[in-house]
Amino acid sequence: MKVAISSTGGNLDSNIDLRFGRAYGFIIFDLETEEFKFVNNIQNLEASQGAGIQAAQTVVNQEADALITGHCGPKAFKVLSAADMKIYVGAEGTIKEVIQKFKNNELKEALSADVEGHWM
Amino acid sequence: MIKIAVASGKGGTGKSTVSTNLAYILSEVYEDVAIVDCDVEEPNCHIFLNPEIKESKECYLAVPEVNRELCIGCGKCTEICQFNSLALVKGKVIVFPEFCHSCGGCWLVCPTQAISQGQRKVGVVEAGKAQKLNFIHGKSRIGEAMSPPLIKAAKKEGSQYNIQILDCPPGTSCPVITAVDEADFVVLVTEPTPFGLYDLKLAVDVMKKLGKEFGIVINRSSENDHLIEDYANAENVSIITKIADDRRISECYSEGKLITKELTEYKEAFEPLVKLIEERLKA
Repeated sequence: MKVAISSTGGNLDSNIDLRFGRAYGFIIFDLETEEFKFVNNIQNLEASQGAGIQAAQTVVNQEADALITGHCGPKAFKVLSAADMKIYVGAEGTIKEVIQKFKNNELKEALSADVEGHWM
Repeated sequence: MIKIAVASGKGGTGKSTVSTNLAYILSEVYEDVAIVDCDVEEPNCHIFLNPEIKESKECYLAVPEVNRELCIGCGKCTEICQFNSLALVKGKVIVFPEFCHSCGGCWLVCPTQAISQGQRKVGVVEAGKAQKLNFIHGKSRIGEAMSPPLIKAAKKEGSQYNIQILDCPPGTSCPVITAVDEADFVVLVTEPTPFGLYDLKLAVDVMKKLGKEFGIVINRSSENDHLIEDYANAENVSIITKIADDRRISECYSEGKLITKELTEYKEAFEPLVKLIEERLKA
């Protein structure tokens, strides 16, 4: 199982990025092999619109099964749930800590977007 | 035919005051004059002109619609889209029509013609008459983020008239550029304050880049006019006319009245603008 985590940096000691669409990047962590890779999100930091959609597309393309982030808006949620991805919001701490919380089942699955979209 | 755009950079400098009064006095003398309120997100020329609206046309933007039976999930449409309107998940395209700029890239690149042109309503264009003056304005749909398509539709409606006064939105971005596009001359309305000057400079830069002919109108003219005059002299931009800082003008404005109707001595302030238009019509 692969988990995507929005991250403020490229390693496991980086803090989780509370933003999803405009996160610095994503750590894609494989729970079986304990290996990870970093996928940057630079093009979305500068996007005038639709950053959440594009970030969701990125995470979907990485074939992650779950996403852990701070907040997730309605459009990103739509894309992620179309991919049957499990979404966990409200996570805090370093990537390492967040993965541990995930393993311990301490994160709560989001059943809808937890913030409003920027466009109607 | 002549198109005069009234723009400013800064909001609240008096664009609508200049546009409505100029259009009104022109319509007293000339047939075939129109005012087009291009400030579609907050049109207000109608408040001063009280037009009788005779026509209302809904304005739509072409946006992608995906036929799931024809779609092969290749993702070419999502790759070409620069506005993040399309996503491909599990071989299925998800469309976010509210982000679409209607560039048409997706339906052009689709190898199976699975994308057809649907519609997103962007607003309405209303047309009518305020006495002899032809009146047109666009009213953006609440929640619509893009105004240029509606501005274009309003301008198109006005393009049949011989003298067109285009009241532009404030700012210096896409809506203003759309509004002043094709204008023969741009009137930049400013006020003699540091804020007015700062935004005037931005507007002048834009007009220069667009290669527009333009001049300045100083509204709420006061002992601080030198702020604008020094800049205009240095930039070799003409100051066409000034409108005084008169409390009675503010009162007229707050009551939704035209100053050239209520305070007829101010017609004189608009004469240089009328002359500028007449000279250009003759040329």
